[in-house]
Amino acid sequence: MTPAETPDHRTRSSDEARSPMTDSTNSLDQSIAQKQHTRLAALLSSQTFWVFIAVILACLYLSFATDSFATSKNLYNITRNVTFVAIIALGMTIVIISGGIDLSVGSVLCLCSMVLAVTMHAGYSIEIGIAAAIGTALVVGAFNGILIAYLGFPPFVVTLGMLSVARSLAMVASNNTVVFEFGPDHDKLLALGGGAWLFGIANPVLYMLVLAALTGFVLRWTRFGRHVFAIGGNEQAAILTGVPVRPIKVAVYMISALSAGIAGIVQTGWLGAVTTNIGAGMELQVIAAAVIGGADLAGGVGTALGALVGAALIEVIRNSLGLLGINAFWQGTFIGGAIILAVLFDRIRNIRRRD
Amino acid sequence: MPVLELQNISKHFGAIHAVSDVSFSLEAGEVVGLMGDNGAGKSTLVKMIAGNFRPSHGSMRLDGAELVMHRPVDARRHGIEIVHQDLALCDNLTAAANVYLGRELRRGFGPFSVLDYAAMYRRAAQIFAELKSETRPRDLVKQMSGGQRQAVAIARTRLSDPKIVLMDEPTAAISVRQVAEVLNLIRRLRDHGIAVALISHRMPDVFTVADRVIVMRRGRKVADKRIADSSPEEVTGLITGAIETA
Repeated sequence: MTPAETPDHRTRSSDEARSPMTDSTNSLDQSIAQKQHTRLAALLSSQTFWVFIAVILACLYLSFATDSFATSKNLYNITRNVTFVAIIALGMTIVIISGGIDLSVGSVLCLCSMVLAVTMHAGYSIEIGIAAAIGTALVVGAFNGILIAYLGFPPFVVTLGMLSVARSLAMVASNNTVVFEFGPDHDKLLALGGGAWLFGIANPVLYMLVLAALTGFVLRWTRFGRHVFAIGGNEQAAILTGVPVRPIKVAVYMISALSAGIAGIVQTGWLGAVTTNIGAGMELQVIAAAVIGGADLAGGVGTALGALVGAALIEVIRNSLGLLGINAFWQGTFIGGAIILAVLFDRIRNIRRRD
Repeated sequence: MPVLELQNISKHFGAIHAVSDVSFSLEAGEVVGLMGDNGAGKSTLVKMIAGNFRPSHGSMRLDGAELVMHRPVDARRHGIEIVHQDLALCDNLTAAANVYLGRELRRGFGPFSVLDYAAMYRRAAQIFAELKSETRPRDLVKQMSGGQRQAVAIARTRLSDPKIVLMDEPTAAISVRQVAEVLNLIRRLRDHGIAVALISHRMPDVFTVADRVIVMRRGRKVADKRIADSSPEEVTGLITGAIETA
């Protein structure tokens, strides 16, 4: 009944084409090819897959139940709204896989947006503005990471502190004003975030897809990605086997802050204005997206695709409540319910496996 | 010539003398049981050979050359592999990923190199076959039995061609049938000409597989005998202090 009992005995076709081999080579190849789960079983047991199905079903239902859902304008809005949470959720997923958490992302988004806005408002070019924003993100991430990796602070505490510090610095940088004039490169910035360069797909969506592909690649195909999984699975084992745990942890928090910074830059271009309260409470949405998408807060599990799918489900829920005329006060209940439900399925599977 | 030679090794932590003036040697293709009660100094001794601690006094020689290590990675570079008591495995990764943890194979150039899954699966499968373990490279460690997990940890030591393998309580937490499996794995390492130091509490395991037994008590070596010349009763007496030295 469990997938493990139905092993996949395929050998690779190139082996069959070769001349007959000795038994030992044959069994070695079989052993190499043997998986515990078939592709289908792996798919069916993945939380990301079921959340994806939920998103599709919700979209289908809404297309029939409302006139306004399946309009190109609404879909354009949804896909674009998803992106800001999704881009940060990619970074957050890496942090969660490593067994950590980053509560500062909402504030870092705000700080980076403000650094960009203030720099450009002062008459500097968009390149300098973006470099300043990215630099700010990397410094904040490195600060978080060094305290966590080298001084042994709990990630929760450090990033909770940074949540407060980064937003406060954004207020200091802007004197708590709204910035909506971005100097000589004003139009370039708005085009960067608000345009649609390819087939009418909103730019933020393109950035999100590129970053998701990059994250997925790093997690699966690089030594860095492998080590992030190892640290989340058993940090002590990673240390004993010579994995450079501390530098990797610093990098992980820098990536998380960087993702918040990128989302901040794109969001600034899209909104055309920056206030000191953008991104407030966003860290919870981002963590929710990662967890709904299958990242395990205990560490060691998570995917880039999951981050996108989780973010999509949250946005579809938000959007549909509005379209269905349900009081917006219910939004939190539905999103919270989705978090608990998504993880509930995972728990049920685990309990069943243990029996 | 011995592979590893310890000469008058001591380790102090402040006023605590964890290991005092211990000398012994390991020969190639030999299994040595290292026994002693909790706090006898076994772990400290092993950690010095593993590069975790530096001795306060004394010297170590590897193949006749002075051995100085600053980090655990140095031990690996010198051909000393350690199978840790908790095995140091990541449950969320596959057997092959665990075997290659910290020394993953890659293909490509510089920053563009990617993990070479095929090569790692192939080599891991070969090692498991060599060790006559039924573990398969793609199996998740999470779903493995104690003996299989042990095989993964031991397979790690076969990646390089080590001179010495230190095994810390390899049979402490597994079933009787799996103990036999692990003892067989130890014999296979020995047959490859590797010196194996087996740190264990279990008298039967040491007497089944070891050629020699070294007993520690309160930081000192109190016995170093061939298994054939000793008995479990004598070793028990040496561990508890009922017999002073032998």
